[in-house]
Amino acid sequence: MLEAYLSIFIKAVFIENIAINFFLGMCTFLAISKRIQPAIGLGIAVIVVLGLAVPINNLIFNYFLKADALFPGSDLHFVGLICYIGIIAALVQILEMFLDRYIPALYNALGVFLPLITVNCAILGGVLFSIERNLEFTESIVYGLGAGTGWALAIVALAGITERLKYADIPEGLQGLGITFITVGLMCFGFLSFGGISL
Amino acid sequence: MSKAKEVLLNPIFNDNPIALQILGICSALAVTGNLYITLIMCVALTTVVTLSNLSVSLIRNHIPTNIRIIVQISIIATLVMLVDEVLQAFDYESSKTLSVFVGLIVTNCIVMGRAEAFAMKNGPLMSAIDGFGNGLGYSVILIVIAIIREFVGAGTFYGIEIMPLTTNGGWYLANNFFLTPASSFFIIGFTIWALRQWKTEQIEEPEFKISKNSLEGEKGAA
Amino acid sequence: MNNNDTIRKTLVVAISLCLVCSALISFSAVELRDLQEANKTLDKQSKILSAAGLLDKDTDVTELFQSIEARIVNLETGEFDSEISLTDYEESAFSRDPATSIELTSENDIALLKRRENFQTVYLHYDVDSLNAVILPVRGYGLWGTMKGYLALEPDLKTIIGLEFFDHKETPGLGGEIDNPKWKSIWKGKEVYSDSGDILISVIKGSVDKSSTLAKYQVDGLSGATITSNGVTNLLSFWLGDMGYGPLIDQLKQSEVKDV
Repeated sequence: MLEAYLSIFIKAVFIENIAINFFLGMCTFLAISKRIQPAIGLGIAVIVVLGLAVPINNLIFNYFLKADALFPGSDLHFVGLICYIGIIAALVQILEMFLDRYIPALYNALGVFLPLITVNCAILGGVLFSIERNLEFTESIVYGLGAGTGWALAIVALAGITERLKYADIPEGLQGLGITFITVGLMCFGFLSFGGISL
Repeated sequence: MSKAKEVLLNPIFNDNPIALQILGICSALAVTGNLYITLIMCVALTTVVTLSNLSVSLIRNHIPTNIRIIVQISIIATLVMLVDEVLQAFDYESSKTLSVFVGLIVTNCIVMGRAEAFAMKNGPLMSAIDGFGNGLGYSVILIVIAIIREFVGAGTFYGIEIMPLTTNGGWYLANNFFLTPASSFFIIGFTIWALRQWKTEQIEEPEFKISKNSLEGEKGAA
Repeated sequence: MNNNDTIRKTLVVAISLCLVCSALISFSAVELRDLQEANKTLDKQSKILSAAGLLDKDTDVTELFQSIEARIVNLETGEFDSEISLTDYEESAFSRDPATSIELTSENDIALLKRRENFQTVYLHYDVDSLNAVILPVRGYGLWGTMKGYLALEPDLKTIIGLEFFDHKETPGLGGEIDNPKWKSIWKGKEVYSDSGDILISVIKGSVDKSSTLAKYQVDGLSGATITSNGVTNLLSFWLGDMGYGPLIDQLKQSEVKDV
């Protein structure tokens, strides 16, 4: 059993990396990858929110929205999208208040990034993938954490590279966004090599 | 009507949502493997952003400020779900290929960004035009990427064979790299470069420190 | 302008927005559901027909599918099962539930499935009254994920009619070429079992040597996609073996002998 969970985790981090292989959360990914410190903060925030949002939405789907879940013949899957986004927004808000009250140090570190996460498609994407793949509750926890870790890993790696690139002589028009895109493209190649790992 | 024209055309080259505002990139990368799917995605997004701008603008004077974000999200999510339902009903093949990416229009920053930045302050007609223009700006970049990827990667244009592949007995050895999503990063990167050589005012200054507002600052801090 | 930030106004706006949105969505969902369901069935049916080479542009898929009978089969015994209704059967749910599936040991699990369901839906195509094709759902792990498809066999239960994948995540241009019509066409006429009943079918590296005695059991590999090619070999070996449809194929052969 443990083996199966480990396999879901490794797959979510490397083989199906949500940032590099599915390009989710790219807007924030590109905007916040200029320096390592904020990248780490945002990475942790994404791990936490994905780790919570995926299993919670999974429960909502399985106990309310799925066909025959509420009562025989009910099928509410078509309102899924608005439920998920609402839950993510509420979750982020609650998390923000909770951290502010009990763990102010973490709140200060994550503060700016938490509200940004509501509209980060990595979160909604993770939720939608877990539902599309029919994951069970425990599997969805593992998947959420794995997908978050994968995203965090990718953004921290990109921030590391971008920091170094500051000293490189880049053609004018390519500066900033252009070179960042090309760097991510090269990272993609790196991640392609994870394919075929049998777990 | 020159204002309308400006609102419509500005987002296409001068203030492109993808190339300059870095908004809504996720789908630009993932769905551009073939032109047909890309067109479907562009139509879906343009519809959503136009209608959401229109509806937000229509009720803008009645939206209480403290719940405005959630009101906008609800409107957008409703529209996206409608588009998704229609797509599943009339073009099942494409909806299967696009899978979660149609749903992800909800979190596409272009839609949300235009509703908040433009539709909340302007009249319904202007807002709809602005939405449509931004949808077009997004579509232009996506279509360019898709054409390049499909042509180089599979030797076809909109599914029509232009260069017969060696695997089918032709002469063109397909460049498979262009079929992998990684190639879209390079194509977007180079497209931005080309665009900025043409419109030099878009070039980012290295180590730009002074920020006019928070968004500008983040963009310039390369 | 009137003040929008009163509690009353906030509530009114929120509630009326919810009502309008939910009315719109429910209306469209109810209106379009039949069409969507029809699309799903149509999609599945056309893949099954396509594997058996029965797809015909001029004829309606639903009409063509009339000649196909879906049956639930018990994979342990190879017998048809009439207790589970076709509408209740769902592969993903059955292969997960410990009550309706078995865990595969590492030497059995050549297609890397981890668990195998005890029941499967198979499709039998009849031409008038005689069996014309047997279409078996198969799946197995490739390079990036599980490849799912249909394998169609002639009534002799060893000659392939076609192999069609409907869901896979293989690299476009490399492993993704399993969708290439040219590659799919070379499967037709290949044999899966030797005369003594061993599973010999395989996707080899490079192209098949036509003079070899094994040529009829071999299919050209996809260049640059060794892992996908091996995945296809493995999934066929698994599903045609004792853990897959082996018992069913034995049963079908016996019943045919009896019929004659």
